[in-house]
Amino acid sequence: MNDVLKNSDGDWFKQRMPAVMVIALVLFGALFVRLFYLQIVEGQEYRRLSENNCIRLQDIPAPRGLIFDRRGHLLVDNRPAFDLGIVLKDAKPVEKTLKTLAGLMHVNVGGLQARIASAQGVSSYQPVILRKDIDRDLLAVLEVHKFDLPGVVVNVKPRREYLYKNVAAHLIGYLGEVSLKELKRHAGAGYEVGDMIGKLGAEKSFENALRGRAGGRQVEVNASGQVVRVLDTVDAKAGLNLFLTLDLELQARAQSLLEGVAGAVAAMVPSTGEILVLASSPSFDPNDFVSGLPGRKWRQLASNPFRPMEDKAIQGEYPPGSTYKIVTAIAGLQEGVIDENTTLFCPGFYRFGNRVFHCWKRGGHGHVSVVRALTESCDVFFYQVGQKLGADRLAWYARACGLGAPTGIQLDHEARGLIPTAAWKKRRTGVLWQRGETLSVAIGQGYDLATPLQNLVMISAVANGGTRYTPMILKRVENAEGKIIRQNTPHVAGRLPVSAQTLDLVRRGLYGVVNGRHGTARIAKLKDIAICGKTGTSQVIGRKKSESGRKIVRPEHRRAHAWFVAYAPADHPQIAVSVIVEHGEHGSSAAAPIARELIKTYLRRESAHSALVVKNP
Amino acid sequence: MFDRRLIHCFDWGLLVLTCLLAVCGLSTLYSATTAGAGVQKMLYIKQLTWYGAGLVVMVISFLFHYKQLDRYALLVYAASVGLLLVVLLLGRYIAGSKRWLVLGPISVQPSEVAKIAVIIVLARYYSRKLNPGGLTLRELLQPIGIVLLPFLLIVKQPDLGTAMLIFLIAASMTLFAKIEKRSLISIFIAATAAVPGVWMFLKGYQKQRILTFLDPNRDPLGAGYHIIQSKIAIGSGMLLGKGYQQGTQNALSFLPEQHTDFIFSVLSEEWGFVGSAIVILLFLALIFWGLKIAQRSREPFGAMLAFGITAMIFWEAFINMGMVMGLLPVVGVPLPFISYGGSSNIIMMLSIGILLNISMRRFMYE
Repeated sequence: MNDVLKNSDGDWFKQRMPAVMVIALVLFGALFVRLFYLQIVEGQEYRRLSENNCIRLQDIPAPRGLIFDRRGHLLVDNRPAFDLGIVLKDAKPVEKTLKTLAGLMHVNVGGLQARIASAQGVSSYQPVILRKDIDRDLLAVLEVHKFDLPGVVVNVKPRREYLYKNVAAHLIGYLGEVSLKELKRHAGAGYEVGDMIGKLGAEKSFENALRGRAGGRQVEVNASGQVVRVLDTVDAKAGLNLFLTLDLELQARAQSLLEGVAGAVAAMVPSTGEILVLASSPSFDPNDFVSGLPGRKWRQLASNPFRPMEDKAIQGEYPPGSTYKIVTAIAGLQEGVIDENTTLFCPGFYRFGNRVFHCWKRGGHGHVSVVRALTESCDVFFYQVGQKLGADRLAWYARACGLGAPTGIQLDHEARGLIPTAAWKKRRTGVLWQRGETLSVAIGQGYDLATPLQNLVMISAVANGGTRYTPMILKRVENAEGKIIRQNTPHVAGRLPVSAQTLDLVRRGLYGVVNGRHGTARIAKLKDIAICGKTGTSQVIGRKKSESGRKIVRPEHRRAHAWFVAYAPADHPQIAVSVIVEHGEHGSSAAAPIARELIKTYLRRESAHSALVVKNP
Repeated sequence: MFDRRLIHCFDWGLLVLTCLLAVCGLSTLYSATTAGAGVQKMLYIKQLTWYGAGLVVMVISFLFHYKQLDRYALLVYAASVGLLLVVLLLGRYIAGSKRWLVLGPISVQPSEVAKIAVIIVLARYYSRKLNPGGLTLRELLQPIGIVLLPFLLIVKQPDLGTAMLIFLIAASMTLFAKIEKRSLISIFIAATAAVPGVWMFLKGYQKQRILTFLDPNRDPLGAGYHIIQSKIAIGSGMLLGKGYQQGTQNALSFLPEQHTDFIFSVLSEEWGFVGSAIVILLFLALIFWGLKIAQRSREPFGAMLAFGITAMIFWEAFINMGMVMGLLPVVGVPLPFISYGGSSNIIMMLSIGILLNISMRRFMYE
């Protein structure tokens, strides 16, 4: 034990105490002096400031970033909107002021009082919003009667405006008031009740870039709430502007081609994965959501049997039908099950066990090779290839082509589709895989499910020589001054498991689909542009169980869905397209013309453009 | 076994001072949370339970001989570091930092426990090293390590206020234990030289944060606004205050955290210069009382422990009041005994219990 304190040597230790006490006294003395200064010397001034709670904070909202298409067309704008509010503390006498106001607005006083009552808990120094987005006539009237309306305020707030309404509504998305759940999720990010936040689409995916940072003002106000002095200002920082990969002209064209049907169109640049079109029909008007959707309108949207709120391009899961034969052909060729010269005989049906599987062409195709089988979409040929491959080997190739997994597009709620394996079926249903099911799967029926976007990625990879790109919707980000903040670059998700030879055979087959004498999509042929493609017809009966809930059994809803995937021009592809038309019956008649129109619009414009560039160097 | 001298020597004065502060706290809290648009009307009842629980802890902590703390110092320290680790791993984010361990209905703030643990373990170390020549640099290495571990864990939460507090307490205890003159000078020079070096290594936003911390006016919409409102509240109290429950700044929720960190502003607005001065004097009396206990203790562990606890009360009170008056940076440090809070009040009561313990056993050496 240290005995330092017991004997006289310990005195040095205790003698340190007075110095400590002096330090404590000095520091607390400083508190006294400060207190005296604040309460006695400056007390009168602070009392005055406290009387009306003169020092207040005012928000300066940050303008949200704008959204443009790939060519710089403005898609989403902010316009000033005027919100009418009342600061109760300054509106004395409240009753009279409200009466005057109601008279000017031609509404009942009761309605205004109800709004105020429902805003309990809002500090009496904060305006209670009476009506959002008032029109200019009312604004002018209020301005004239300003002095009869103490405490009535008009706040200017930028409001989102979706210029092309239902065009690309799913992709662009919309804003809405932040919900309690979102407040919790983004705790610490500075959201407050009443703030707007991206709820869907790009508005949601790129919320952080678009949002900007709100500023504010510290002000001194007089007894009637008018600002007499600005003490300090923090400027708002505008959100960043987005340039999407979307092509407005093409998107609008796609939307109008889908008019009246349920379906989706997706298109991309095969060599980069940039999404040119992502259209879903029927669509909706995002402007309806900005100021809060009335219940009646929401019920209309929610109960519409054609599901306008669903983005069918990324959420719609359909049996890929004959478009899947591209995968089966690749798998067969790569695995050596067939080669360029293998011919199989199609009498119009195929007998397997005690079941008979029909070809769509009841008369049969006769002896067919792989190229002709693709061109004429011979089912019997692919039954046999599938049978030789087996379900699991086929599934491996399908996954390598990007099916059965989300593509990774930067949008919420992307569906993953379904590529069945024997193990999957056992796990899911408890029943063993039947070998006959492999035949259905080989032509894209049965359990197979794909989204239009997944099919687009697959056909793009066929077009570009085998590279699977992650679909990209954002081209670049600029700040408000136009400086490029971020340039998005293509992202390779994987490669098709194909040799150059295999790919060449598949492409020859797809060329024949549109340009051959017996091709299934001769309807899509253009004089000046060589399109390659594949039709598909997917039977509705075999749809996934989970969707049977919404299925409405009516004749037209039992009709098959029509698919068409395509790219063009054949030798140097610049655009790939994937189209689905629900209950369109035949890929050739319902879906292929839509793809043709888009390809025509895009390539003719692009070549005219490049010709122009050549002419005026 | 229970010595009659213990009752004879019981430090009633310390207990009375503590109770006076608690009464000030409770009445102000009642006003701060029930007047006007306040939302947490039942908070004073909860606070009363905290005081009750604190009283129990206080009684327990003077029943045994405080020298037991010397024996179990390392255990206490290890446990508190363990809690700090747990809170970093499992803690819940509240307002952007991980400070709280939620155990069913109660939340514990491990950084509060860490403060007292550091005091105990430092008291143990210095009590063995005391000598008139002062501590050498080599002898300082161990205490630096002892402090650095919890300090960094608390910075990580991040709770800069409490981290800084631990540093100030440790520095006070170390200086009080005396450092060799030569070592002191070299530490001072090294620290002065290190500041610009560290500054250069910081990233832009980190510098911004430190500058805002030192000068709240750089953040006119956040801390700066709070300080202005706090100064208006305090200043408008003038000589005699606006009267109990008459504070307008408080009533209209213009004050942030009016029941925790900014409770002194409420008190000053309602009781004016006279009331505020009395509270400051009560704190000063408590601090002098604590120092007296340290001085009268006959063995070094008790002296260092009493000094450390007093230093803790001193710094917390000084920083909190300095902050609300706009003298010091805005940090989340509660006002001892007065601010609302479970962990902080219980730790404060525990500390008073230990002071009582040291005080009443000053004649019972060994």
